[in-house]
Amino acid sequence: MRIGIPRALFYYQYFPFWKNFFEQLGLEVVLSSPTNKEILKQGLEFCVDDACLPIKIFHGHVADLIGKVDMIYIPRIISIEPKEYICPKFLGLPDMIRNSISNIPHIVDTELNLYKGKNHILDHILNLGKILNIHQTRILFAYFKAIKAQRQFEKLMIEKFVTPQDIIDKRLTFIENQTFKKRRNNIKVLLLGHNYNIYDDYISMGLIRKLRKHNIDLITCEMVTKSQIKEGNKKLSKDLFWTLGKKTTGTAYYFLEHKKVDGIIHVASFGCGPDSLVGELIEKRAKLEYKIPFLYLNLDEHAGEAGFDTRLEAFLDVLEGRKHIEDNISTYG
Amino acid sequence: MKITFPHMGNIYVPLKTLFESLGCEVILPPPCTKKTLELGVANSPEFACLPLKINIGNFIEAIERGADTIVMAGGVGPCRFGYYGEVQKEILRDLGYDVEMIILEPPRGNFLDLINKIKLITTQNNKTIKDLVRALRFAWKKALLLDNIEKQSSKLRPREIEKGQTDKVYNSLVKRILDVKDETELETLKEEISKAFSKIRVLKNKTPVKVGIVGEIYTVLEPFVNLNIEKQLGELGVEVHRNIYITDWVRENLLPSFLKPKDCKNILKLAEPYINCFVGGHGQESIAQIVNFSKKGFDGVIHLLPFTCMPEIVAKSAIPRVSQKFKIPVMTIVLDEHSAEAGFRTRLEAFIDMICHSKEVKNIAVLSGN
Repeated sequence: MRIGIPRALFYYQYFPFWKNFFEQLGLEVVLSSPTNKEILKQGLEFCVDDACLPIKIFHGHVADLIGKVDMIYIPRIISIEPKEYICPKFLGLPDMIRNSISNIPHIVDTELNLYKGKNHILDHILNLGKILNIHQTRILFAYFKAIKAQRQFEKLMIEKFVTPQDIIDKRLTFIENQTFKKRRNNIKVLLLGHNYNIYDDYISMGLIRKLRKHNIDLITCEMVTKSQIKEGNKKLSKDLFWTLGKKTTGTAYYFLEHKKVDGIIHVASFGCGPDSLVGELIEKRAKLEYKIPFLYLNLDEHAGEAGFDTRLEAFLDVLEGRKHIEDNISTYG
Repeated sequence: MKITFPHMGNIYVPLKTLFESLGCEVILPPPCTKKTLELGVANSPEFACLPLKINIGNFIEAIERGADTIVMAGGVGPCRFGYYGEVQKEILRDLGYDVEMIILEPPRGNFLDLINKIKLITTQNNKTIKDLVRALRFAWKKALLLDNIEKQSSKLRPREIEKGQTDKVYNSLVKRILDVKDETELETLKEEISKAFSKIRVLKNKTPVKVGIVGEIYTVLEPFVNLNIEKQLGELGVEVHRNIYITDWVRENLLPSFLKPKDCKNILKLAEPYINCFVGGHGQESIAQIVNFSKKGFDGVIHLLPFTCMPEIVAKSAIPRVSQKFKIPVMTIVLDEHSAEAGFRTRLEAFIDMICHSKEVKNIAVLSGN
């Protein structure tokens, strides 16, 4: 049996878990190709035109898997943290796919709903077992193996300041050398945005690659501990109810408060609902209260790389300039 | 304390009554106009959805008229509306307005919090819980009356002989309802309403095209945002039914689950083959109501949403399948600050022409025995 996983959306967050889990159960995991022009084109064709870029790309990835697999895993992700939601489009994702693409293989759309507590993950896992017709003990065994791999993955990102893609693609030497040395005087940039946007090399037009080429030290929401995010979020008067939005604000406020970054880049897709409000909150704080340069990059299917690069370079020049001025201030006043 | 709140259709009538019965002074924001929209757009995040922007416009205009307290609803997601209040609070603060914002959150296990916030309004005027109940009942009765006249006028509009008469009567009645100060007067007003409507001369044996309106609540209820769609369709000779009326919405969303009307859950079942779970806002309901309208024999459905509305985008993806299966034409209209009347009207006319045409074809087929 081959089970297909679209290389989009929560792939960047949960792939190690999914891969280990399904492989333990004896299934062959097939990934869709990395995002490319053809996938984007198909996504645009199938998806409703009002949806945001990552959802369109997801449609393209599903279309890419047709004919290569026996079933496709598209969980209905309602909530991954207690009392929080993901964007409504995730809630209806399997429906959107079914409504928009015909002739697709069987969709495994088990519900993942941790709204009422984290232990509801077991409901998801056991339901998966029922669908795949696999005995409970084997399912649980696979679950424990997979969760271990997932924890390792998350820990490595925090410890080594590496991206999910670095780990999944096994860039071992890079990870080995990637230790944040405090004395290093590189510019530190906080890269905010949903993981499926910033780590997808095609969607983000190689943003991470480009930043690294400029010798910029990157921090993303994935490289921050939960307690740091919690501390940052204390500045909000009302808890956000979007998990990804909460991660973004928590990270941003934490680093703004501790003055640990030289600039902030916020990547959002055009028409992203949560980010339209979250981005506004952060941008206001960054500019008004902390006076830290803030670059807002908006992604859609029409984005041209040249304009994107120009803005990025201009922003980096600003950061460079500020750093230079700071360094030249005499300590004697 | 001078209270204000955002506009959403006629909801200002029961709300004004409610707060005034509690002894507060209410400053109504002026009706939504181009200026409201411009103020809102200039001061809101670019990609926020339209209701947030118009709310901001309402607030600014009301503050300029002297309001110092804003009452706003909250929420727990996943629709953006739940976080409106917080963002609006920050925007107004950054603009330098010194206003108090009371955000009424739905009780999530913490009923005391909501009570306390309501008390904040009531105790300042020495009102008791009994007064609150009385005020709520008065406001509720007004809301029922309003829904009643809205339903009646959408039936009369396509049938009226003298164009525009229904609207005249409707507008004067809304004003009358707003001005009623005492609960006992409502009974006489009821008679007045039926009298006023019966005076409108209508074509009795006309059977107009019936169109349902579904979609996101704000765009469905607020005539400024939906470019007065009900009136425009009425002028085109169409009988319009909405899926949301204020009282229904209150029944479905604010009452505890054992008091909810039973059919509201059953209706949602209709959507399950297309959208299997709650997707926030009214996404699932929109689909359910399209199915429901087609079962009731409507000729078409118009689906409204503000640009980038997340739940309705999910709904939109299901519409082609639903429309095909139930053989009912559905037109989706996305509304934002750039919506223009002429293009909008053309689309409505084309849609109605199409419905009339296909009806005609069907009738011919029936007559000729095919």
